[in-house]
Amino acid sequence: MNPTDLVDRANLRDDVPEFSPGDTVKVHVRVVEGNRERIQVFQGAVIRRQGAGVRETFTVRKVSFGVGVERTFPVHSPLYSKIERVTEGDVRRAKLYYLRDRIGKAAKIKEKRITR
Amino acid sequence: MATKAIVGEKVGMTQIWDDAQRVVPVTVVKIAPVRVVAVKTPEAAGYSALQVTYGQRRASLINKPESGVFAHAGVEPGKRLVELRLEDTSGYEVGQELDAGILTAGDKVDVTAISKGKGFAGGMKRHNFKGQGGSHGNHKKHRAPGSIGGCATPARVFKGTRMAGRMGASRVTTLNLEVVAADPERELILVKGAVPGPRGGMVLIRDAVKAGRR
Repeated sequence: MNPTDLVDRANLRDDVPEFSPGDTVKVHVRVVEGNRERIQVFQGAVIRRQGAGVRETFTVRKVSFGVGVERTFPVHSPLYSKIERVTEGDVRRAKLYYLRDRIGKAAKIKEKRITR
Repeated sequence: MATKAIVGEKVGMTQIWDDAQRVVPVTVVKIAPVRVVAVKTPEAAGYSALQVTYGQRRASLINKPESGVFAHAGVEPGKRLVELRLEDTSGYEVGQELDAGILTAGDKVDVTAISKGKGFAGGMKRHNFKGQGGSHGNHKKHRAPGSIGGCATPARVFKGTRMAGRMGASRVTTLNLEVVAADPERELILVKGAVPGPRGGMVLIRDAVKAGRR
């Protein structure tokens, strides 16, 4: 237990689904335009999860019009309304930085086959 | 001079979210209820201050002069005796308890503490010297200070020339920190930004001297 847990507990979100690097997620980001607020979906592959507690962050990478875009969110940020896991990826490492050097089919992540 | 002051213990740093959903780095300071042991007035002591204590200490660890101070005031002995210099002590009396409620969110404060000791530190760490080049033939002088003065004139090193030496473990005040939250119930104060000293160290919080006119 960290000494600051007492303060952190109030700032933790309890509606964060389970997801790990390799998964494809939809992050519903709150965008404030003037006094209006709308939801923008950022969909892509999780390429890293880093840190712990309130400071934990994750990075989502997507390729938009041929340009790679990466956004890093704090896991417990109030900035997004929800996270949806679209697919579960089958990857062998925790940090998927190798995706940055790949384009097209090579950048595809295998989907995890659930065996029962 | 400060109009309100209190002592606490640094718990550590963390982050919270503000109204605009931005991250605010905060230092958590635990403010155990502070008991007033003596009220010093300009008439009696020559200056105005509050002598306070906080927490508990085993009776066997209190020496006789200190136990006399506590007994005279009729206050339960605490960890330390601390003096809080205040502009006006007229509203306070011996035995009174102060807590985190004296501060409110949005207040500007100065935080004083003993900084972490850095040991014998070189000029780069201690005085932000630039050091010397990493290459171009430099040999074993990468972090050296360079010249420290002339030669035959003045034939000595001037006093106060900045050099390597003991660093840290000195009284440091960080000015104009904002109080993000004050929670007397949980005995906590959140101060925006960093505060000197190690976790568990004693910190002195006073309202800001240089906050400007409001």
